Formats: sequence, C-alpha cells, structure tokens
Amino acid sequence: MSQPLEKPRTFTESLRHLPDAGGHFGPYGGRFVAETLMGPVEELQAAYERCCRDMDFQGQLRRDLRDFVGRPSPLYFAEHLSTQLKGARIYLKREDLNHTGAHKINNALGQALLAKRMGKTRLIAETGAGQHGVATATVAARFGFECVVYMGSEDIQRQAVNVYRMRLLGATVIPVTSGSRTLKDALNEAMRDWVAHVDDTFYVIGTVAGPHPYPMMVRDFHACIGEEARGQMLAAEGRLPDSLIACVGGGSNAIGLFHAFLDDDVKLYGVEAGGAGLHTGKHAASLTVGRPGVLHGNRTYLLEDEAGQIRETHSISAGLDYPGVGPEHAWLKEIGRVNYDTVTDEEALQAFHRLTRTEGIMPALESSHALAYAMKLAPAMPQEHLIIVNLSGRGDKDIQTVASREGITL
Amino acid sequence: MSRLAPVFKELKRAGRSALVTYITAGDPDGSVSVPLMHALAKAGADVLELGVPFSDPTADGPVIQQACERALAAGTTLGKVLAMVKEFRRTDSHTPLVLMGYLNPMEAFGIEAFAGAAADAGVDGVITVDMPPEEAEPLAGLLKAKGVDPVFLLAPTTSGARLDRICEIASGFVYYVALKGVTGAASLDVQDVQQRLQVIRRATHLPVGVGFGVHDAQSAAKLAQFADAVVVGSAIVNRIGEHQSAPREMLTQVSGFVHSLRQAMDAARA
Repeated sequence: MSQPLEKPRTFTESLRHLPDAGGHFGPYGGRFVAETLMGPVEELQAAYERCCRDMDFQGQLRRDLRDFVGRPSPLYFAEHLSTQLKGARIYLKREDLNHTGAHKINNALGQALLAKRMGKTRLIAETGAGQHGVATATVAARFGFECVVYMGSEDIQRQAVNVYRMRLLGATVIPVTSGSRTLKDALNEAMRDWVAHVDDTFYVIGTVAGPHPYPMMVRDFHACIGEEARGQMLAAEGRLPDSLIACVGGGSNAIGLFHAFLDDDVKLYGVEAGGAGLHTGKHAASLTVGRPGVLHGNRTYLLEDEAGQIRETHSISAGLDYPGVGPEHAWLKEIGRVNYDTVTDEEALQAFHRLTRTEGIMPALESSHALAYAMKLAPAMPQEHLIIVNLSGRGDKDIQTVASREGITL
Repeated sequence: MSRLAPVFKELKRAGRSALVTYITAGDPDGSVSVPLMHALAKAGADVLELGVPFSDPTADGPVIQQACERALAAGTTLGKVLAMVKEFRRTDSHTPLVLMGYLNPMEAFGIEAFAGAAADAGVDGVITVDMPPEEAEPLAGLLKAKGVDPVFLLAPTTSGARLDRICEIASGFVYYVALKGVTGAASLDVQDVQQRLQVIRRATHLPVGVGFGVHDAQSAAKLAQFADAVVVGSAIVNRIGEHQSAPREMLTQVSGFVHSLRQAMDAARA
C-alpha cells in the first residue's frame, strides 16, 4: 500500500526518473537480447534521445496527437454508474475515443515518427487483441511505411474484425502457429523478423516491455494520458483524484495513466487478468502470482514453471493474455507503490454489460477488468472519493467474443 | 578446467579447423541424446554444443524451435541436460562440451547452483544467447570461478567498442554469428565473414568460431580455410527431426552427414 506523503518528494526521491542508463528499474528491465540486436537497440536509444531534445520532432508529435489521434481525450464523469454504486465518484479517461479506438495509437504514432527520422522503411509489430496491430497499420498507412503484423493464430480467430481492419490498411498479417499461438509467440516472431531485417526495419513494440529503451520510450509516448487526466481532474473537481485504476497486461495504458501521479498522494491500482480464477491456473496474473525472470529482452515478473519455461496464459481479453509485464510495473510492485490485483473473465464481462447499459459506453474487455475493479472498490468509498478508471479501449472489437460466450451466433 | 583451450591449441598445431556440432538436448527424447553425442564425436566433431531447450527461443529459426518443442514435450529440464553430460563424460573425458541456451532456465535453476553443477558434470563452456556483456555478471564470473568458459556471440552489427568489451570478458572461444538473422537462416556470405574475422582477430587472441547459416559440407569447407571453428546446428537438427521415430536411422544419417563435413573441412585445409 502507498503511504500518504507529508511533503512533496524531492528530485532524488522522485519515482519518475527511472530507468537508469542501462534501462534498469531497480533490479528489473535492462537489455537481454542476442548480440545481433544490441547494435540496433543502441542505435534506437541514441535516436530516441535526440528526438526527445528535438523541438521539431516534439512539435510534430503534438500536432499529430491533436489532429490525427484526437487528443486530449475527455475525462468523463460516469454519473449514473457512480449513483448506482452509491460510493466514490467514478471518472473515465476516454482513451476509447482516440482514433483507432484505444490508447495504443499514442505509442504507435510516436514510434512511427521516430522510425521516419531514422530512415527506416518498414514497420513490424506484434499484436494480441489487434489494437496495437491496427494502430501500427494506421500510422504505416499515414506515413507510407510497409507494415507486417505478427499475430497468434489463436488471437486471429478471436479478433477477426481487427485482422480485416489491418488488411484494409495495407498491412500484411502473419499468423503465428508456434507455442501457445498468442501474444508472446507473436513477440518471439517479431523479434526474429527484426534480427533478420535490422537495416530497414523498425520494430514497433506495443507495450512497456522489451529491451531498453522500449519500456521507457513506450511509457513516455503514453504519459500524455496521465498528464491530461491530472489537469482535467483539477479543472473538474479542483483537486487530484484519490485513486487510479487501470488494467495491466504488458501494462502500457496503466503506466501511461500512473506516471504523472507517481509522486503524488494518489492510490494506484493495476488490475491483471484473473481468467477462470487464480486457483485454476488459467489466468495471466504475472505480477500477482508470477516470479522474476528474463523474457523478451527484459527482467520482470513472469508466469513460468519450476524449470523456467514460460507458461501458457489465459484471459477472455486477448490484450491481457501475456505471461510477462513491463519492468517498471515489477519495480512499482516491489516498492509497494502500486497495488496489483486480479479480476476474473466473468467479472470483466459483467462490468462490460453494466457500463454499456448504464452509460452507453461499450468498453474493451481489457478495460472492463479495470471497471470491474472500480465497481468492487467504489461502494466501500465515501462520496468525496474520486476515482479515475482508464477506459483504455472501446469494445466493438469484442462483440464476437461476448456473443459467443453467451451462445449467440452473429 | 575447461577442455576448450587445450583442444583448440592441439587443433591449431595440427593445422585443422574445429568442427562444432549442435544438437538440442532431449530432442526428440532423453534416451537418444547421449548416443547422439558419442556418435557426433566419433564422426569427427571436435567440440559438442548442447542446446538447453527453452519455450521462447527468440534467436532460433523454425528448425531449432521445433527441436525445443519436442525436447520440452519429452520433459527435458536443465537438470536432465546436466545429467546427460555426466553420463557422456563416463566414457568421453576428452571432447569439449559447450551448453547453449537462454538465461531464464539457468536462473530458475539458480545461477550459483548451475555454475557448480555444470562444472561437476563436465561442461566446458556456456553460451547464454540473450545475455550480452552488459548483463553478464554475476553468471559469467561464477562460471569462470568454476573453470567453465563463458562463451560470447559477436554479430555483424557489433561495433568496435562492443567488440573490445566482449573480447575482454569472453573465454574459451568467441562465436561469430555470420549473418543478421536467426539460426538456420539463409546462407552466409563467405567473403564478408573473412573480412570480419580479420577485424575480430585484432581484438582477441581467442579462437574464433563461425556459425548460423552453415548448411552443408561446401560452406563448412570454405569457412574452415580461415576460421578456427565452424559451427553446424540446424542442418544436423533437421536430420534428427526427419528421423525422430527411427533412432537407428537417425544415428546413421547424422553420423554420415557429420563425417562428410569433417572430410570436406580437412580437405580444404590440406
């Protein structure tokens, strides 16, 4: 649990200045890739650091976030839901209203602009729910990149609409049939593509994981979520929120919301996919029940067996179906700054229906995990308690999954 | 102490290039690995590289990915791999043996326990594919303390500064990844490799092995003219996969192939 702060943190106490030069968040993060990728990763870091200081780059990013993505996204007071729950006042950060329907576009746009500066001509990406794949295919179309998206064949089944969207945008979607045929295997395959095409290819990683600088860079591109929410809450209520809630698969939408509040007296909740229940073993709760290890270029919490082999995971939402998590989350867990908990498939589905009926907003199944957690917390809170839930994506992509779960054929 | 340095010295004196053969331990199951290791040594392999299977082998192409899947399905663990090495050492105390794998299973075993158990079993070197020099401690130090060589990869994308850094901590030999890609990918460019090796030799006195993309006797022979060692993996593992249900045939095929590599390499140096 986070302790209330008596005074603002000093610079050296701040939690907002990680990672170190090697990409470490405490013992987590770092760079664990084969030697062939070390050169490209160093090149990427140097290019990213240049762009951080480059006013032209920052200006173009701001303009595109405004005019292409549609930022700032609104902070919406969910009045009916709050009244029903008879507790805290719940606000929704409406990342679902971004172009392409999720927060993922913030990062895809940032990395595409960087790729352009680096003279790359080809973007590759991995995707789970398809939202990051769609976002990458979208910026590829906008800036004229060739685009290849790797997607587990299991996820292709679950997310047929997003697969078609990517193809309409001109991307090639390659089914991955190795391992568990989901997000982690798509990541493996994208890394193999990258190592074979390092000269012309930019790997657009979709979450705050991977070798340094990815966890830092992806976080920075999503930090606008929390920065906006901070100002919007101050304008709406005249003070900071008391609690923030976000779902955590790899953890990009959560870190995007949390980062601006890390040094404030605000409680932070990260909600992992509890799947069919932790006791069944069918879940994706790496922070809640996993242990530290090394996968996909960084040290972090993983779901693995005793021999260190990565376990297959399960979640109703493809976007949370991942056995690892971003290293900054691992660190925030270890120091107790963020509370990580789980919500089951069933609870997420109930939250999906409830928000749809009470507010006329259909949330993504990923975001429904955060909503379900808010619905558990809110009734026990006083009415002055202010919660922000990151509504990280819209649910249109999930109606097939929801329907089939209820025995309905569309 | 590691057998790598004396064996490379011996080969150099004899004017030969070392043949390093890779198989994934426990592929297709645990019973065949030790007989395969003996067969490889008998057919002319100078150094054995034994892959430790991992669920997410991001640096490997489809051939070795499938070998990992087969080995894991058969219940192979790092502990069992070390037991195979121990058994192999009962009748072969001469042939150097190098483990190649990913960091996570080694950490799950416990790196200190792993360094000790590897040395006890008779392992001479360890290649940890996803552990660059920046993240090599404490494992590299623990291995060295037990007389096991931490072997590092060099790539076409390795800069001059990185090259120096890697050669500083490497021991046993350095392993030049001859192409930008995964194991078993398209054929390498021999001339390009030759030029890179000249640069690498200015940075280290360690023997330099070349691998990734060596598919057949012809390419092995060309590399043998200037490389201290030639590593062949996917081409062998492919034959194991093809004959997975017929172990006798597998041993015959693999031995025949390795023997042809050995002959071609020796002829190229003659």
